[in-house]
Amino acid sequence: MNVKLRVWRQKNNDTEGGFENYEAKDLNPNMSFLEMLDVVNENLTDDGSDPIAFAYDCREGICGTCSCMIDGKPHGPETGVATCQTYMRSFKDGDTITVEPFKAKAFPIVKDLVTDREAFDKIQQAGGFVSVRTGAAPDANAIPIGKDIADLAMDAAACIGCGACVAACKNSSAMLFVSAKAGQLNLLPQGQPEKDTRVLNMVASMDEAGFGNCTNQYECSAACPKLISEEFFSKLNRDYMKASVKTLFKAKAL
Amino acid sequence: MILDPKIPEGPLADKWKNHVDHGKLVNPANKRKYEIIIVGSGLAGASAAATLGELGYSVKCFSFHDSPRRAHSIAAQGGINAAKNYQNDGDSVYRLFYDTIKGGDYRSREANVHRLAEVSTNIIDQCVAQGVPFAREYGGTLSNRSFGGAQVSRTFYARGQTGQQLLLGAYSALSRQIGLGTVEMFCNQEMLELVVVNGEAKGIITRNVNTGEIQRHSAHAVVLGTGGYGNVFNLSTYARNSNATAAWRAHRKGATFANPCYTQIHPTCIPVSGDYQSKLTLMSESLRNDGRIWAPEKVGDKRPPNEIPEDERDYYLERKYPSFGNLAPRDISSRAAKEACDEGRGVGETGLGVYLDFSDAIKRLGEDTIRERYGNLFAIYKEITNESAYETPMRIYPAVHYTMGGLWVDYNLMSNLPGLFVMGEANFSDHGANRLGASALMQGLADGYFVLPNTLPHYLADVPREPAPSIDGPEFVAAEGEVMERTGKFLNNNGTKSVKSFHKRLGEIMWNYCGMARTKEGLEKAIELIQQLREEFWRDVRVPGEGKELNQALEQAGRVADFLELGELMCRDALAREESCGGHFRDEHQYPDGEAMRDDEAFAHVAAWEFKGENEVPERHVEPLDYEETKFTTRSYK
Ligand SMILES: Cc1cc2nc3c(=O)[nH]c(=O)nc-3n(C[C@H](O)[C@H](O)[C@H](O)COP(=O)(O)OP(=O)(O)OC[C@H]3O[C@@H](n4cnc5c(N)ncnc54)[C@H](O)[C@@H]3O)c2cc1C
Repeated sequence: MNVKLRVWRQKNNDTEGGFENYEAKDLNPNMSFLEMLDVVNENLTDDGSDPIAFAYDCREGICGTCSCMIDGKPHGPETGVATCQTYMRSFKDGDTITVEPFKAKAFPIVKDLVTDREAFDKIQQAGGFVSVRTGAAPDANAIPIGKDIADLAMDAAACIGCGACVAACKNSSAMLFVSAKAGQLNLLPQGQPEKDTRVLNMVASMDEAGFGNCTNQYECSAACPKLISEEFFSKLNRDYMKASVKTLFKAKAL
Repeated sequence: MILDPKIPEGPLADKWKNHVDHGKLVNPANKRKYEIIIVGSGLAGASAAATLGELGYSVKCFSFHDSPRRAHSIAAQGGINAAKNYQNDGDSVYRLFYDTIKGGDYRSREANVHRLAEVSTNIIDQCVAQGVPFAREYGGTLSNRSFGGAQVSRTFYARGQTGQQLLLGAYSALSRQIGLGTVEMFCNQEMLELVVVNGEAKGIITRNVNTGEIQRHSAHAVVLGTGGYGNVFNLSTYARNSNATAAWRAHRKGATFANPCYTQIHPTCIPVSGDYQSKLTLMSESLRNDGRIWAPEKVGDKRPPNEIPEDERDYYLERKYPSFGNLAPRDISSRAAKEACDEGRGVGETGLGVYLDFSDAIKRLGEDTIRERYGNLFAIYKEITNESAYETPMRIYPAVHYTMGGLWVDYNLMSNLPGLFVMGEANFSDHGANRLGASALMQGLADGYFVLPNTLPHYLADVPREPAPSIDGPEFVAAEGEVMERTGKFLNNNGTKSVKSFHKRLGEIMWNYCGMARTKEGLEKAIELIQQLREEFWRDVRVPGEGKELNQALEQAGRVADFLELGELMCRDALAREESCGGHFRDEHQYPDGEAMRDDEAFAHVAAWEFKGENEVPERHVEPLDYEETKFTTRSYK
């Protein structure tokens, strides 16, 4: 099959970008989208042109590195997959495909389709952890955790930190990302002692990084390659309200 | 060169405790004055950086990834072993130790393996306390599954994403220390040189992959947790960017490279589907519990599988290994699939594949049961191949999956180059000639959380409490010069062939001659071919773009250049090891029935290679392996 590509090219965050057109010919429909870009890049290299920069690593949907907007959708037309798990058979022979980076104020462009998502790391550093010294842990079976809670925590923990949720949101909100991480830890007994500071700090860090507000449109969940549920929002909102009230009244844990 | 493993005195079971009890310590007030560079933020790197930062050292952690969470460890699926004996099925530290020694085909150090088994239980405690959501039973306790090479159920797991969850746990601990300021994190920084001052590792040279800026960093000690080198083969189950540059640069600066020929080839992966392929995907070994492996009996039989009648199918594992059948171990199953394909009986577009057929199991158990057991794997298979394994057999083929070899380290995880420590898959590890499933995650976290934080102080305690060497020193200037020269060479080469094309050709040589079965002639030929390819690479490689920007071709060029040297060393090691053991199979050394023939008299040792200069023949050194606790036995699966 053959397709035409409109690809966003931008030297760096300080320069203007624009679309360039390319043709990708003789493709096998079982090629992944990124393998198609590999082929385009080999041809560009052979022609002496600058290949398209795009982010990738594991190529099996778990590292969260790849991050293309394909025809306006984060990670492309299929649901529940990352860009690297998108295959050319999802397109038709002769299609024109538009490829752009994830766009958000908090994700500056590094080059072409590559963005800088360090803001996510900053949010983690603000509270996405349980403070436990190495070696100071009790026996793993000392605290039983119901299977339903453990499974729910795992649903939240499946987040790959790719940023599709942000890219899908018209306000570039990071609510799904934050609610998943805070949700995982706040659901578990291990996470209880730091529950309040965790949500307050993570939300403050999210705001500081320049992510927008959530207006409950749930585009994020639909675009999430792991289909993380927007139901974690309400948990985050509840935890946040409780923590804010407690701080307001400087409640002592009596 | 004497390779002293520095194994502590005393009975095997007490060695580690004695070592910790009597090791030197660094005064808490002085820890801050010691700077430690950790390269890598996978399971090994992230856990070590978090723990050492928490202890009070000044840690600088580097990763070429854009976030610590993206390290290749994230992709591990199946699980992590620990001798918890929560199943009351007779597991113990000793049994995990014994299984690992035997699984490694008697080519690993007893003392290291015993320590690994001892600390395995602490790992699970630590991860649970961090909030890692391991699978649980309805009663709330942790769940286990079984893995190959063991008769007990000791594998802990988090769905099919164990590596992800363990790495996110270590990443959360690391993030906390970064927030507290004890660890300074350098993402997007690729180490391109090691700096050695007065014979000791004291710094690194890095390139910021986003800006091209070259930086010098100094420290009192350098730790590598930079992962395995399986991408020498180009196609593998590794993440595309996994590479050997950090380890190889250290090797060129004097660190010996141990057992480079020990590579693990996993029998059940989705086969290559075309020339454009970038990556091979693992299909869990558990599928072989219900799937039957076969190839057409006739050479060149291109009929669709369901048109091939039963009596024209060769269930070759069942035929050759009647007692283990489809559950024959990884190395044996892989070689058998290769044989069938070499004979021209392979299936699929490329002829490099065999069938893994569930039709009997579906008939016997019903599709629902099979869906319940393997639904997610069937879904991945469908996503990649667009074929339903409920209707037609899966096509599978072996793929490179793990490297047991790596930089040589002593019991303290220090290489022969003082001040250089190596952890995780990057060291030559505790797995001997073959790693058991679910043991790599265990080793990475053991090294980072529990071993290094207890052994590094022994070294630091004797390092003068002076600031780390100045980055303006001549060794730093020279090392940076080497990096600049290499980068300049690539960018100004004006060649005609892409980096990828060389990587692919190297991968083919390695796969054909240093893959599942190796021969003297083949390895000699491979060495020659690699030397020619390397010469052509430097003459004719084309690296587009500039140095002072994100330039992925430039990054790849450096990595492939190093693979082109490491590949040759792997072949030399395979050639010198005149025996078959674990993942290393020499056609010349097999029993009449095709089983691997070890030579314990001549080869019960670690081979560690010393770099002697570019295009010079490296020198092979030997560390004998003494077995006090276990006795050599031969594996048979008939
Ligand atoms: C598909 C797959 C499934 C697996 N499943 C399992 C399993 O179920 N159980 C199990 O036990 N094992 C499994 N393994 C093996 C296991 O995942 C790895 O051996 C292990 O995770 C390696 O961890 P590591 O910390 O040593 O290295 P990695 O996770 O590879 O981390 C390397 C780190 O070093 C950094 N780095 C490398 N070079 C440089 C450089 N030059 N400069 C700067 N930074 C650098 C990288 O950025 C990264 O942070 C699996 C492997 C694969 C491929």
